[in-house]
Parts: sequence; structure tokens; C-alpha cells
Amino acid sequence: MMSLLWLRVALIFYGVGLAYALLALSRRGEWLARIVVPCIGLGFSFHLVSLVEDAAGAGHLLGSVHRAESLLAFLILAVFLLFYSGYRTLAPGMFVFPMVFVLALTAAIGQDPPQFSSPLLRSGWIILHVALVFAGYGALFFSFAASVIYILQEHSLKAKRPLGILERLPALDTMDKLGYRSLVLGFPFMTLGLIAGAVIAQARFGPAYFHDPKIVLSLLMWAVYVVLLYSRWHAGWRGRRAAYLVSVIFVVALGAWAANYFSSVHSFIAQ
Amino acid sequence: MNFFLIGVNHNSAPVEVRERLAIPEDRLGEANRRLLAYPGVEEAMVLSTCNRVELLAHARNGSTDLRGFLGQYFAVEPADFDKYLYEYREREVVRHIFRVASSLDSMVVGEPQILGQIKEAFALARAAGAAGGRLDALLTRAFAVAKRVRSETAIGSSAVSVASVAVELAQKIFGSLSGQKVFLVGAGKMSELAARHLLAHGAGSIFVVNRTPERARQLADKFHGATFPYQELYDHVDQADIVITSTGAPHAIFRREHGELFMSRRKNRPMFFIDIAVPRDVDPEMNKVDGVFLYDIDDLQQVVSSHVADRRREAERAQAIVDGEVERFAARAQTLSVVPTIVSLQEQLELVRQAEIDRVRGRLGALTPEQEMAIEAMTRGIVNKVLHTPITTLKSAAREPEATSVIELIRRLFNLDDAGKKGSGE
Repeated sequence: MMSLLWLRVALIFYGVGLAYALLALSRRGEWLARIVVPCIGLGFSFHLVSLVEDAAGAGHLLGSVHRAESLLAFLILAVFLLFYSGYRTLAPGMFVFPMVFVLALTAAIGQDPPQFSSPLLRSGWIILHVALVFAGYGALFFSFAASVIYILQEHSLKAKRPLGILERLPALDTMDKLGYRSLVLGFPFMTLGLIAGAVIAQARFGPAYFHDPKIVLSLLMWAVYVVLLYSRWHAGWRGRRAAYLVSVIFVVALGAWAANYFSSVHSFIAQ
Repeated sequence: MNFFLIGVNHNSAPVEVRERLAIPEDRLGEANRRLLAYPGVEEAMVLSTCNRVELLAHARNGSTDLRGFLGQYFAVEPADFDKYLYEYREREVVRHIFRVASSLDSMVVGEPQILGQIKEAFALARAAGAAGGRLDALLTRAFAVAKRVRSETAIGSSAVSVASVAVELAQKIFGSLSGQKVFLVGAGKMSELAARHLLAHGAGSIFVVNRTPERARQLADKFHGATFPYQELYDHVDQADIVITSTGAPHAIFRREHGELFMSRRKNRPMFFIDIAVPRDVDPEMNKVDGVFLYDIDDLQQVVSSHVADRRREAERAQAIVDGEVERFAARAQTLSVVPTIVSLQEQLELVRQAEIDRVRGRLGALTPEQEMAIEAMTRGIVNKVLHTPITTLKSAAREPEATSVIELIRRLFNLDDAGKKGSGE
């Protein structure tokens, strides 16, 4: 399968990103910093080819859990590259690169992944729903990475301790902007994705779908998302509090992700 | 490697001695030329900065008396300066120059200016015709070593003065300082210096407030800044991104509740307080307010100390790089040291060969081209066979400590120095 081959090639380049993330705060990370973006860019291109081959070959992007992971890794990286082009900071890569590598690795292993047998996943609406929500997750993960870096940097500045290895982190203001703008970027994707999902679920399951744990958590996550954006716009919530709230949203999102296993609405895997 | 160096620096001599020996920039060209003209000196370079005065020379016959030049040039008795002078020869010179260029010998280890100063001194020496191939090889390598030290260690990456630490912290909070507003509350020397540093790094505008309006105006004028009455301090200070405070107030003028008020007015945009006053102007509790960062003079000093300690650690790594480079340079120089002897040897035997061919040609009469070629080939073959052993001996000796004595022996055996003089018409 050519798509798997391209994904594995992408994975080799993502390995450079992983190495950078592990060495980012040491001096040895400096030479990696010079080559990591071109490598990640190449990996991203091969990854795109792999996804296009998948879609062209199978006629859809969501044949298995692994393909979903591959798509999510791709979208997370897309958000990273988008912000890198504007801010030229590699710092979020410390979290983004390992995440992308792990997701791409599990997808690239390609050993009989759990198949999505549900014919539902062949429908355009579902693919739209998943792609939008994944893009939202990608932006959210990026925002979370920026928030963690913000919290680390802010803590060391407040504690007035020499910053040690954190010396090399980017400015607070940069991380604050990245975290916020990434949230703003992800919000319409997340919202439209949830609306698409709600429309499908309403049509298939009726009002009962509101009790599904995954949907409850997703709506909760979205509500906190709205609260954070609103408070930023109107009350100037920023900095540490905003970073903590992004972390809360991310944890709820992880919960929603994990809730797939308890969700009747989202049980796509063949038993 | 007939390098010689003599000098004084901030460690060896007090400022009054250094200023007695300092050479103004407009006289450096002439100093270089005079040093070059001094007996034994083949190439020369003079380095004169506020922290060091050094005379570097490559000697023609393995020795020169730089102390004598020093006494002559400055019209001083060298003995009076003995205790302040350091003097290096050969490999020690290489090590010293590499250390100086890498800023390991500077007052503030890791400061970048010294490299530029050496480059300027070298350019001046070349322009004066005093520096040639030997110094070029030494200095070019020194610049490369300095670059290696900069890129492979963090020796120059952290701030080591209170003012530069303030800038560094501001950059960690705000990223770029461009457009940031700076308020000076009080008008001390230290806060003026910090403000100057912030402006130099792109800070936008300066506002000065002081109990004495006249003093505030004077200081604001220095920075093309603005001022307002001290009574309006709390009305305006929330507009500041960076507040440098150094009043003589006996108690804190900014307390935690002020910080909370400023933050609500600023919609939580961060604020950086630099409190240089003793007693302190800002209540330490202020640092607990989300979005406010407070550093007093002790905090800043602590960061400076930790950075200095970092630099010391990095200096050890840099020293290891320098030591390795000195070894490499010395080994290469030793290899190169045999080259002139090999060339002289080949030239001398070629002269002998040509002379012998010319001598017998008259007796042989007319020769065919084939015979000419045969004689040419035979004589060349003999010369090459004769030269083979001395040349291989020289090349292998070049890597050994006794290289100098082997060179000396071969030069004497083949009478190369006299031959050179004859050849050069001396």
C-alpha cells in the first residue's frame, strides 16, 4: 500500500522533530533547530501524499482507527506550521512533535488496525464532522502546548530563580498570543464540527443522543471554550488564568476522546 | 613558531599603568611600523584597548627583545614595569591570543567586543605593512577559534550586568520591547542606566516622574521623554509596561492593591516593576498579582551572579576548545616549519645540477635532443635519489619535538643558509 509507505517516509522526518523535542532545551538541540523545520515540512508533504492516496484509493479517509490518527497528526502539524510561518518560534514543537510522531507511528505500524466497519463513516457528513472536529482538536492541542510553556516560563519568572534550561523558552507575550490565536483558529472548526455531528445524530438517534457521554463531554468542552474566548474578549483574561483554562479544556477534550469507548453513538469499530 | 608577546592587562596592571602604556588609535599605525623596524622583528601587531596593551611579534631568528622596544617606545625604564608585564613565547603566545580572542581573558568573560578590537588591530597592522603571513595564519585561526567558542558554548549568551539583566527579563516578558512604555519613578543613576539599556533595545517611550519637577524634566530631556507631576503618579502609571522605580521614599509607594488596580485597568496586560530603591519602593507582595512581575535590586543581582557562574562553567568548556586548537595549530606550524628547508634543499641541488650540466656540456659538443633528454633525466634522477632521505627525514621529524634540531642539522650539512645568502645576493 503506497499510502502506508509515504506515511513511513513522513515518520522518518518526524523522527527529527522528536529528537529536537527531546534536546530542545539543551545546547545540543541547536543544530537540530536548524534542520527541524525543513524536515518537518518534508514529513508534512509526504504525509499529505499519504492522505491523498488513502482518500483516492479507499474513497474516504476514515477506514480505520489508524487513519483517523494519521489525519489528526496531520492537522496538528498543519496548525503548528501555520503559526510557525507567522511567529518563527519552535517552542510549541516540544509538545507538538512528539504527539505527531506518536500518532503517525501508531498509524504507520499498520498492523491490522481496528477497522471502522460502520457504513456511516462512508458518508460525507460524517467525514466533514470528523475532519472539522479534528482540526479543532489540532488547534486546541497547539494552544495547550503554548499554555504549558507559558505556565513554565511565568512560574520561573515569578519565582525569580535563574531560569536554567527554561532560559531558552520564548517570551511570555509570544506564548500568550499563540495560545489565544490558536484557540480562535480552532473555535469555528470545533463549533461547525459539533453542529455537523449534532445534525447527523439528531437525524439518526433523535433527542436521545444528548445523553451520550461523549457528546455531553464534547458540549462541556465547547462551553468552557466559549467562556474562555468571551472572557478574553470582554474581561481581558489572559496569561496564567487563561493558560490554566486552556489546560482544563484540553483535559475535557481528552475525556471526550476517551469517551469513544463508552459511546453508543460513536461506536464505529467492528466488534 | 617564533612568536613573542609582551603586555599588560586589567589583571596584571592598575589603570594608571595601563593608561601610561596605552597607544591612541591615531598612533597605532606608526607604533606598528616602529615595532616592525625593531631588531629581530619580522612581523608585528600592536593591540591597545582600555583593558590591555599588547605587542605581538614574529621574530626573524628566534628571538627579539620586546621589553627593550617597550622601554624605547614609551621612554620608560622597563624594570619599573616588570611586575605588571607578562611575556609569552611561541606556543604560549598562540594560547594567549586564542584566549583573548575568545574573550576568556576579558574582565567580563564572554564579552563580545574584544574580538572586534583584535580584528581592528590586525587590520591596522596589515595596513601599516607590519603583519604578514605568520601573523595572518595565527590571527585567522584565532578568529575561527573565537567563533567556535561562541557557537559551541553559552559563554556570551547571558546578561551579566544589572541593566542588561533588566532588559533580558523585559524581553522574556514582552518579547520585543518595541513600543513598550517605560516609566522612571525617581531619577537615580542606576535607573537611568537601565532606561538607557531598554531604549537601546527598542523600548518605545520614556516618562519620568520625580518629586523635584526640575530633575524629572532634565532626565526626560535626555531621553526625549515626557514628564508629569508626581501627584498624578497613580493616575498614569498603569499605562507603563515597565516601571523602573528608585525614589528615596522611606516606605513602599506601590502595594499589592495598586498592582491589582493597575491590572484591572490594563485588562491584565503584564507589567514589569524594576525596583532599584533601598529601602524598596514596591511591596514584595506585588509579585503575587497575576500579570505583575517584580524584581528588586537583590533579585537582579542574584540573576547576574548566577549568569556569572554560568559563564565560569562555560569558560571551562571554552578553555578545553582553546587547548585543543592550540595543539592543532602548533602541530600544523611545526609541519610547515620544515617546508622552507625542503624548498632550499631542492633549489640548492637544482643549482648544482644545472652548474654541472653547463660545465660538461662544452666538453660533450653538440648533442641530439634524445641525448639532451637522457642527461636531463639522469641528473634529475640522481638529485631526487640524493634528496629522498633528507626530505623524508625532515617530514617525519616535523611531527616530533626535536624538529628544530633536525632542521638545523640538515641546513648545516647542506650549507643552506650560506647558499641562501649567496642566492639572495647578501
